[in-house]
Amino acid sequence: MQHILRQIARTGIVTEAYPEADESLRATTERLQREVLAAFDGALVIRHVDAGSCNGCELEIHAANNPYHNLEGLGIRFAASPRHADLLLVTGPVSRHMEEALKRTYDAMPAPKLVVAIGDCGCTGGIFGESYASCGRVSNVIPVDVAVPGCPPTPVAIMQGILTAIARAR
Amino acid sequence: MRLADLPFPFESAPGPAAVGFAEVMADQWQVTAGRLRSAGATLVALWAADRRDLHDGFEIRAAYALEDGLACLRLSLPAEAPDYPDLGEHFPAAGRMQRAAFDLTGVAPLDPADGRPWLRHGAWPAGAHPLRRDVVARSVWPAVPDDYNFVSVSGDGVHEIPVGPVHAGTIEPGHFRFSVVGERVLRLEARLGYKHKGIEKRFESMTLDEGVALAGRVSGDSTVAFAWAYAMAVEQLTGATIPPRAAALRAMLLERERVASHLGDLGALGNDAGFAFGLAQFSRLKEDWLRLNARFWGHRYLMDRIVPGGLTDDLDDAHLPVLARQVHDLADEVARLRRIYDDHAGLQDRLRDCGVVSNDLAQRLGLTGLAARASGMAVDLRVGCAVPPYDGLDVRCATRPEGDVAARAAVRFDEVTESLRLIGLLAETLPDGPTRVAVPSARQGSCGIGRVEGWRGEVLVFVEAGADERIRRCHPHDPSWQNWPLLEHAILGNIVPDFPLINKSFNLSYSGVDL
Repeated sequence: MQHILRQIARTGIVTEAYPEADESLRATTERLQREVLAAFDGALVIRHVDAGSCNGCELEIHAANNPYHNLEGLGIRFAASPRHADLLLVTGPVSRHMEEALKRTYDAMPAPKLVVAIGDCGCTGGIFGESYASCGRVSNVIPVDVAVPGCPPTPVAIMQGILTAIARAR
Repeated sequence: MRLADLPFPFESAPGPAAVGFAEVMADQWQVTAGRLRSAGATLVALWAADRRDLHDGFEIRAAYALEDGLACLRLSLPAEAPDYPDLGEHFPAAGRMQRAAFDLTGVAPLDPADGRPWLRHGAWPAGAHPLRRDVVARSVWPAVPDDYNFVSVSGDGVHEIPVGPVHAGTIEPGHFRFSVVGERVLRLEARLGYKHKGIEKRFESMTLDEGVALAGRVSGDSTVAFAWAYAMAVEQLTGATIPPRAAALRAMLLERERVASHLGDLGALGNDAGFAFGLAQFSRLKEDWLRLNARFWGHRYLMDRIVPGGLTDDLDDAHLPVLARQVHDLADEVARLRRIYDDHAGLQDRLRDCGVVSNDLAQRLGLTGLAARASGMAVDLRVGCAVPPYDGLDVRCATRPEGDVAARAAVRFDEVTESLRLIGLLAETLPDGPTRVAVPSARQGSCGIGRVEGWRGEVLVFVEAGADERIRRCHPHDPSWQNWPLLEHAILGNIVPDFPLINKSFNLSYSGVDL
């Protein structure tokens, strides 16, 4: 136990300053009603769905929860069930085999709900594009509020995307 | 068995990786497999291709790892009846690969033990085979009902727990069907293929140069391994020789990928056993590690750095002392955390004797890579079939006999230490010279195979050149193909709540096998 405590003391607090929202990431504005935004103020629950990624974006979502980025420190946490979630974080192009699971996850979320597409694949279909097996971008399957480019986007960019989705309309 | 012992003629591929290509007849296909099996060879990968446009019917290929290299056997199949003898009897790992090959190309094993679809769910109907040359990549079929026949277990008190494809955390999608009594697992059946996004078809629209970016996205967490294996295949088929500095820098990237991944897994293993301290500490170390990647190589996960012919950018020699210092400091940190893990009774209680894969089972079913080494199998391409610079590094292969979650954690600890030593050594002895050479033009129909010991195990990429420097066929193989079926055995007799921990201890790729 003393080794654990000593290591914690040695490490200290490494969490860095949080990024600001970035309006340029916003894909649609009309869905963001004032009362929707008020509902999420101060606490947000995220459900993540990998709809067909290469798993690179997942690494960076994990990194957004590491001690440096400490997403949870903002009152934002991940839930196991879509029924507990306010925001859906979607990675990957949407494979045709995941299309139904993604739609059902979205439908299972209570309204009001937000969707953030993560990564070049989520934004455009990326290198996989559209094919017999891939529906391409996330917005081809469910409505998207904010899209965060990058391959993969950095943890800071992912956090910025989430913060943009819940930022009050200026 | 060595390449020279093959009972038929083969063509040796040029370059550092020992690869022999051979044609076999239908009656030899299965007999040879049996002979290879009894001589200790393992099946690495199996894939098929449509060659009807060349008036050559179809083909099926199997790649076997021998002591001193890889034997790639090809069987030509008639267009009207493209079937071949099943390899599942000799190599159980062939089963899913054969099912995938059938779904994509229609090339089928005769009387297979399991004839269910694997990659085909509802995106295309039975009878359609999207990897055939006459199918347009953007064809869209009306969705078909997806009714997969899971093996059901019946008996007093048996019930099923279906999990996925959407899982509870930030994990890739797949379906697990548990049959349990109380909390004890009687049977687990995994069903994958949810992430199938047509990677092999996509390759066929690319040039040999473009393909490396897609190879690096077959499984993002192994981007260096796949990009290197792809580049190695293209270099082999074009006869390009990379400079020593390029080989050393590639190895540095591969070892950095291994360290990053192992650090992440060691933290996650602690977390899945209720030891959040471990996750916090290891994810901090991993973040430091990734940031140095970004600083020196311009990408946190080192994507798109390796290209056919070498690397996109050189490393500034002024960075070498910084690398050496980071390696030294991290070794200290990891050693300190390892003592904490080892001394933590509650943690060890969860890790030990959990999710055991015996050495016998591992040998029989063909476990590979890191998980195989944790079940007492000394398999590591960096030792057995070392290409430069590994042939001069004297890599120590980490093994453990126990085959449990604790052993898979211990192998990771040992491999982090070894990779740090290798990175230090590579930084110390980095040769001067260029980091990239021009790649000669590719002859249409020439083939190459690259093999790289990624952090999970052996990554293999097969490339066949088409006309005009284009890819005719590319098959990327992730070691998860071999190891997913073993996960179904590792969980037997354990309780359901230990599944996340056991699963994490393998940390297999979904994207890498769904393709």
